[in-house]
Amino acid sequence: MVHLSAEAQPLAVESARASTRQAPKPAPERSLGASVLLHTTLVIATFCALFPVVWVLLSSFKPAYAIRSSEISLFKDPTFENYTHVLFDTSFGYWFLNSVIVAVFTMVIGITMASTAGYALSRFNFPGKRGLMWVFLLTQMFPVAILIVPIYTIMANLGLINTKASLVIAYCTVAVPFCAWMMRGYFDTIPKELDEAAALDGLGPFGTFYRVILPLARPGIAVTAFYTFLTAWGEVAYAIAFLQTDRQLTLGAGLQQFVPQFNALWESLTAAAVMITIPAGFVFFFAQKHLVAGLTAGGTKG
Amino acid sequence: MSSTTLPRTPSSSGRLRSSFDKHWPAYAMVIPTVIVLGVLVFYPLVQGIFQSFTNLNEANQNAEICTKVLGGAETCRPNPNQAEFVGLDNYVAVLTGEVGRFWMQFANTIVWTVACVAFHYGLGLGLAVMLNRAFKGRSIYRVLLIVPWAVPAFVSAFAWRFLFDQRFGLINSSLEAVGLSPVAWFDQRWTSLFTAIVTNIWLGVPFMMVALLGGLQSIPGELYEAASIDGASPWQRFRNITLPGLRPVSSTVILLGTIWTFNMFPIIFFVTRGQPAGQTEILVTGAFKAAFEGIRNYSLAATYGVLILSMLIVFATVYKRALRAQGDVF
Repeated sequence: MVHLSAEAQPLAVESARASTRQAPKPAPERSLGASVLLHTTLVIATFCALFPVVWVLLSSFKPAYAIRSSEISLFKDPTFENYTHVLFDTSFGYWFLNSVIVAVFTMVIGITMASTAGYALSRFNFPGKRGLMWVFLLTQMFPVAILIVPIYTIMANLGLINTKASLVIAYCTVAVPFCAWMMRGYFDTIPKELDEAAALDGLGPFGTFYRVILPLARPGIAVTAFYTFLTAWGEVAYAIAFLQTDRQLTLGAGLQQFVPQFNALWESLTAAAVMITIPAGFVFFFAQKHLVAGLTAGGTKG
Repeated sequence: MSSTTLPRTPSSSGRLRSSFDKHWPAYAMVIPTVIVLGVLVFYPLVQGIFQSFTNLNEANQNAEICTKVLGGAETCRPNPNQAEFVGLDNYVAVLTGEVGRFWMQFANTIVWTVACVAFHYGLGLGLAVMLNRAFKGRSIYRVLLIVPWAVPAFVSAFAWRFLFDQRFGLINSSLEAVGLSPVAWFDQRWTSLFTAIVTNIWLGVPFMMVALLGGLQSIPGELYEAASIDGASPWQRFRNITLPGLRPVSSTVILLGTIWTFNMFPIIFFVTRGQPAGQTEILVTGAFKAAFEGIRNYSLAATYGVLILSMLIVFATVYKRALRAQGDVF
């Protein structure tokens, strides 16, 4: 991926378009046996994809004694007790709110930086452009292990340990290079003639970007927004390292409190897991169609 | 995306501008990102590499030791044991196994990465090929199959930890229900690593499936028709049309997937937690624990970080070379 040539580009863009099309190609006649085999395989695959989610959902409505038994039952004295316990007797509410704040700020900052940088990379030829693209790709390889201690030191020197700001900044370093790369791919699919026409009409480069191209890039921005949101919503390592007091934790750092080494509180964990997944799943399904197109358009070219 | 095409008009003003005029908007647009990357990625990177040549840890990180005295004032004196430059000592210690368990974690990482990426790609490709046919219910299957992608990774990790729970987990209960004896998953190195691999496979297949489905849909249908007319068997069509047509997408997702899996933190951290006794730690979680658990050994974590990064760069370079040698468009 590090040096993808232009040949890969039409394919990727084409695939992005094709994914919105309905039936891909006329299927050859299939025998009944083949049809049964196809559906059986897919049903098994779907079962594997769904059962952990469904099981956690079902378990979240069981009282503690039913979860702590080796007997298998789908429903057992259904109750909302676990949810009320998690919401009102633990710090879950604080964690949830912290996660929302961190994710929203990461999203807004990420979009602003990634779209401007992506536009510059897509439209202008400037000295240092190739180097910058290389750097963006290289950052994808950095293990959290090498950056986390120096970033921790920087945050400690700035007095930002145990704050949400430290997480927003750290997540931007993870998300921005990848998103700038994706946005560049998306801007490349918008015809350059539009920029030229806007320039003729007297708009400067920033006016062209802000008033002409950005509105057209809304699907690309949606992808970036969801990507940054979900990155921040699901991150764990920085959160555990940077946050210290209970009420400052985000979901990723706090949830492990329900599962100590011994006597795991599975009933609380399942209820919390359901509540964490709902916003993430909602955001995700809203975005998934664009996400694929954005990933393939951004990922396979350069 | 817009398909509007406007008449191309040569803009002569662009050519007349000076070099600075031509480039300043571009620089203005990339400068915030460049500053953030510089301050928060490259400066830490350089610092991390530097730390790997020192003996920095929690106890010796301060240049001065300050103690509070009565009345609230502080007195500071230089730290006698301040961190110092130790050359390649950390690398020698790590690679000879004197400190930490690098080679065991390396073996775990390799098993983990190879198993996960192979199953991600294999299952993803199989499902993508099936979903690329026209049949009733195709879009429903497609939506249901990407559900695992929608769940945040740490939540999936806990969900699977729950399923594999030794006493109350669904998997052991099912084993007992069919008359088998329950397995103490986290008491043995390979069964423990197995649970983490299963979790990560579950998590990662949807991405591969969707990316490969996008690739499949870009292969022109006429190629398959022509091949059918020439009497090619389904296997021959798969070998000679599908796989070559997927090359650009495959090479990208395998490279990305390998890097992501190699650096995957939450699954091992929450599913196996290194049980039993740290035997299922991979390099990334090992480095994290060195840095933030017990006596914080920052230089050890930095050494791990440099080794991980070097391995990934070598891998990416070799991978790229291999593809180019095969005449790929990479």
